[in-house]
Amino acid sequence: MKVQHKADIAKNGQAAKSDKPLKTERIKGAEAVVKCLIAEGIKTIYGYPGGAIMPTYDAMYHYQDELQHILARHEQGAIHAAEGHARVTRETAACIATSGPGALNLATGIADAYLDSVPLVCITGQVFSGVLGTDAFQETDVIGCTMSITKWNYQITKPEEIPSVFAKAFYIANTGRPGPVVIDITKDAQNGLLDFHYEKMTNIRTYHPRLKAKKSALEKAAELINKAKKPFILAGHGIQIARAEKVFTAFIEKTGIPIGCTIHGLGTIPNDHKLHTGMLGMHGNYGPNIKTNECDVLIAIGMRFDDRVTGNLEKYAKQATVIHIEIDPSEVNKNVFAHVPIIADAKDALTQLLPMVKKRKHTKWLAEFRAADKIEYEKVIKRDCGPSPEGEIRMGQVMKEVSDQTKGQAIVATDVGQHQMIAARYYKYNTTNSWVSSGGAGTMGYGLPAAFGAKFADPKREVICVCGDGGFQMTIQELGLCAQWNVGVKILLLDNNFLGMVRQWQQLFFDRRYSSVELVNPNFVMIAEGFGVKAKEVSDPKKLKQAIKEMLAHDGPYLLHVRVEKEENVFPMVPSGAGIGDIRLE
Amino acid sequence: MQKEYTISVFSEDMVGLLSRIVTVFTRRHINIESLVTSESSMKGIYRFIVVVTVNEAMVEHLVKQIEKQVDVLKAFHYENDEIVYQEVALYKVPTAIFLKGNHVETVVRAHNARILDIEEDYIVIEKTGHKSQTEALLRELEQIGIYEFTRSGRVAISKHHEPLNQYLKEVEAEVAQ
Repeated sequence: MKVQHKADIAKNGQAAKSDKPLKTERIKGAEAVVKCLIAEGIKTIYGYPGGAIMPTYDAMYHYQDELQHILARHEQGAIHAAEGHARVTRETAACIATSGPGALNLATGIADAYLDSVPLVCITGQVFSGVLGTDAFQETDVIGCTMSITKWNYQITKPEEIPSVFAKAFYIANTGRPGPVVIDITKDAQNGLLDFHYEKMTNIRTYHPRLKAKKSALEKAAELINKAKKPFILAGHGIQIARAEKVFTAFIEKTGIPIGCTIHGLGTIPNDHKLHTGMLGMHGNYGPNIKTNECDVLIAIGMRFDDRVTGNLEKYAKQATVIHIEIDPSEVNKNVFAHVPIIADAKDALTQLLPMVKKRKHTKWLAEFRAADKIEYEKVIKRDCGPSPEGEIRMGQVMKEVSDQTKGQAIVATDVGQHQMIAARYYKYNTTNSWVSSGGAGTMGYGLPAAFGAKFADPKREVICVCGDGGFQMTIQELGLCAQWNVGVKILLLDNNFLGMVRQWQQLFFDRRYSSVELVNPNFVMIAEGFGVKAKEVSDPKKLKQAIKEMLAHDGPYLLHVRVEKEENVFPMVPSGAGIGDIRLE
Repeated sequence: MQKEYTISVFSEDMVGLLSRIVTVFTRRHINIESLVTSESSMKGIYRFIVVVTVNEAMVEHLVKQIEKQVDVLKAFHYENDEIVYQEVALYKVPTAIFLKGNHVETVVRAHNARILDIEEDYIVIEKTGHKSQTEALLRELEQIGIYEFTRSGRVAISKHHEPLNQYLKEVEAEVAQ
């Protein structure tokens, strides 16, 4: 172990080795911040200025050609936009805010990114180091506040710390299990001078994210897989994060094992792939839920057995031998015991496993899933994808229509609630990195800004933002972002005048006592137009198809306000506390 | 089954890391019974020793969550028979009680304690041992008369060879690859 000099403590890592003599330039800390971001390949930063971060905003003014700043209307909008950006590119995105309220307005997004493993570098301004701890104007203990919702955070009080801390932050954010990091920089550190030199970090002595799968575990897994009669794969977010879709497809096609996706696993393989059996969890599909409790070998890849996936753990896959491929060791044996834990990157594990497994088919077993699909189709899907008997549009109908018209090729960014589950269920995800949604945190208000970030990052792809009337109003101000940058996000507002998911629970579990869930809504079309976003309302099921066509044909942002059935429930449903085997179809 | 576990954490010496480690416990509503921080035998590497009473699954979970912190090098957990451990207790008693005969001195000697400081109005006694032992002396002194009592957290050393060295070797080999 190399003992490092005390001055290296902030970094505690090693930069890429170079034999050239160090070339440095004497610049201000604020400029160094901008240069670090550019050196890490950041071209867009989402944020909102304020007192304590003003030196950095001044430095950004001089680098506008290399680093574009997107001014959101609220810091929460900025960070969700950054999340949307990171989700579709799988690259680290950056956001920036001032101290105190600015930093705290990022907090929801930081927690969201932490739960959904989204790589972010969040920069917050801080008061002068000399007044830290004196309750100075807009001073908040940002490091303390974000400690439990960041993968790493650090407060910079000296300009010379900037390059090494940024290098460390970027290295941490997008290696291993990705996550958000916060860098809090005092105003004097931004104003002070340093001899700037930047090197990317390649190693931290306390952090070893690139774990290789152990041969012995892989051998055990291969043996189980080769002998299994009813194997089943749970495909999580980790496969797309590892960019392992190809080897995953090769793996399932060789082994013939049916797969179910977690919500963030949507798009891992196309929905119409013959081994795709649907989504897992509380509002997932019938087949993958009940079959989890019938399989003999359960292979979980890049997922963490969230309670929304497992339901009651006492009744979850008790019959199965579990193989768990996961990069984060703390997720293994956390909720579900793994008989064969494989702590590794999904791509590495699957690449090694592929030649070890036999080519097989599980025709009869797969047919059981298809039989379950039929039941679900008759009891739920057929109903959901048509209008109500009263002639109202149903959410499923909207999602199916937009899915057909975009051929399942769009990015779907959602808010949180009933519409989110319907969007997950009825859009046919045919390409990867297409699902942008708040899963772990369930953050209402996520949809619109995240859709903006996704479209801004990947302008060639169609981006559909699916919102409910509740969540939409939490970040409705970001319509201004879409208008200002003319970013063609297509907003499908599914309006039932209710906080629908809460209302559904009140109906089912609180004897229809509708406590504070009904909304008197504004004229959404007028609001959108006020922002300069073209908008239209539709309530007639017969006019839906044409309305969606017009929305998609429009060049620029567009709001389609769809009035949907007011008291629609999302089924199937695993009631809270029940086992997945007790999934309700009605 | 709930048991007393000693968790030994090796980390960088960084501002805020103590909070991060403590949060691992507090957010799960687990009471830290004792916490000691000190340098380790390796320069620049800090050591935390935490004592908690939890079940085995929880202690394993806690250790993983601690190791998940980027600046933590490694964490280990031990049952009491796997470590040598001690706590230090200080007792401040009135000088007057020593003047009433040798009873107090006999007690101090019987408990393998020692007198640390003698002042006109008080005497400070020091006792090193397990909690039950420092507690036993406290009970006796309470009968005689005591002004103040304080006990440190647990310091502990594993009976096995320090596993950290082995771990560091593995890490170095991995990095070299």
